[in-house]
Amino acid sequence: MLGIGIIQGLVETARNFFGSYTSKQRLTTVQFPDERLIQPEAARVFPFLVYDTDDWEKGLRCVACKICEVECPPQCISITKSADKKPDYSGIYSGKPQFYPEKFDIDVSVCMSCQICVEVCPFEAIKMDNAFELSTDDRFGGLMWDKQRLAMPNSHYQAIHPTDAAESDAALAEKKAKAEAKPAAAAAAAPAKPAPEKAGAATER
Amino acid sequence: MTTQAVDQIFVTIKHWLVLQSPAVIQPAVSVLLSVLPLLIIFPSLFAVTTVLERKGLGRMQNRYGPNRVGPYGFLQPLADGIKALIKEDIVPVGADKLVHFLAPLLLVMTAFLEYAVIPVGRNMVVADMDSALVFFFAAGAAMEVSIFMAGWGSRNKYSMLGAMRAVAQMISYEAPLILSSIAVVMIAGSLSTTTIVERQAGYWGVWPYHWYVFTPWGMAGFVLFMIAATAESNRSPFDLPEGESEIIAGYFTEYSGFKFALFFLGEYLGMFAISGLAVTLFLGGWAAPLSFLTFIPSWIWFFAKLMTLIAGFIWIRGTLPRLRMDQLMNFAWKFMLPMTLVVIFSAGIWRFMPSGIVRWVVCAIPIVLLYWLLGRALMGGRKLEKRTYRFAE
Repeated sequence: MLGIGIIQGLVETARNFFGSYTSKQRLTTVQFPDERLIQPEAARVFPFLVYDTDDWEKGLRCVACKICEVECPPQCISITKSADKKPDYSGIYSGKPQFYPEKFDIDVSVCMSCQICVEVCPFEAIKMDNAFELSTDDRFGGLMWDKQRLAMPNSHYQAIHPTDAAESDAALAEKKAKAEAKPAAAAAAAPAKPAPEKAGAATER
Repeated sequence: MTTQAVDQIFVTIKHWLVLQSPAVIQPAVSVLLSVLPLLIIFPSLFAVTTVLERKGLGRMQNRYGPNRVGPYGFLQPLADGIKALIKEDIVPVGADKLVHFLAPLLLVMTAFLEYAVIPVGRNMVVADMDSALVFFFAAGAAMEVSIFMAGWGSRNKYSMLGAMRAVAQMISYEAPLILSSIAVVMIAGSLSTTTIVERQAGYWGVWPYHWYVFTPWGMAGFVLFMIAATAESNRSPFDLPEGESEIIAGYFTEYSGFKFALFFLGEYLGMFAISGLAVTLFLGGWAAPLSFLTFIPSWIWFFAKLMTLIAGFIWIRGTLPRLRMDQLMNFAWKFMLPMTLVVIFSAGIWRFMPSGIVRWVVCAIPIVLLYWLLGRALMGGRKLEKRTYRFAE
């Protein structure tokens, strides 16, 4: 009969109304600043630069190879390669000095969080962060992040993305073992010859 | 203090204050003291209603609603008001400045005019007119003019569309609104709201037997009146004039800041006024719903009934989706109008039959029959089935 559907609808909303006072499960709202959802492990917002040890400047993994700058679809990364090389402070490059980014800027107002920079980086040097409360009152300077703003310790990466960080650490350790085994093997096989010049080729572009 | 004194406390205070003032200005003071409380109480009620509505609607959608400003979010209207006041008031370049400026004022003024004839308690009515109902509907019709002024004066196609929809809708639903109240006028034999309330006084045991809502024609008339009232006050599901998803905000698209707030105020004031009229016509006005509750002052009962009807409005808003324009018009002319006509017919039978259970049944038959027939005819042989969604489930 006419009007039955309306009454059914009214009953449904009344049930919601009273149910929301008696059953907590109905209220799915998370009262954000006070309560927070645990972010899923794959959550990603903007990239950061990984550094090892405790010094962000010396321990930065980035070697300014510029692959990410080239690959970045919206071109939000801008890198200036250094003229000199810095010593391998954290020891992940088997003690070989490396180039480093004199300037490494990401314009996060342009960044589209696609993670391509992370995927192309051969040095595990750039990763995605999950911090999202990043509003600022400075439209231009505040959204142009320099390398100090971008630098985060590896422990931070391990904390926010444990699975990925473990993989990344394993890959780095394997690479390091390989890099150290190669000159050692070469030295063992031909002790007369000097250590191959290109031993570090895997790490240099 | 006796219950009588508490009931009449505002009337007594007013008389005392009027007598204190010099004789020359006594009429002016009397008018002022009648009008001023209404100008304060109903906007405050508006503020309370907005926050209650938002919280209620939230609960119906299983969320909290506003709960940040003040205890449980009850200071939210204050924050909204301050926000509306300090916002920039933008008038479009192409707008008809005068009409654009006057429209919200006229809306609020006509809404306030309607309160003049609504008895909010025993002996508490601003203007006890013999033709109060006519005055009420005339003021309500002026509301349409202000809405069309807003739409026309904005020089914006969305405003214009909204205003055209509003006028079409309000004129269509004014017919069933007035016709359903005509039944009451027929039985009460008066257009005066105070007389209509008096005719509904008295109890049968504890039961308020004479309330018109407890008669078959009154019950049907009340439902029809409330449906028409929903459409008159542009409330969901009849909120086509301001359908956000289609025409932004309808006739008040081009209003900002405090004028926008005035439109909201006017809309809610119209809703309160028409609910107040429904209380007066069908629910016994300020009378207590049970005979042993008469010790509670009459004005409390009036506002309790008013808020109950407002809660109904909110409940409906939380339940029903917006109608389409053709559905709106079909509903008004094909369903509401025949129903109100048969309600008038039924009230006529009621007037001339001796009271008793037979009268009740005889009066109920035409209404139920037409309802059933209309329900079948308007469906047009279509069958409503549970809709299945191929991809969503």
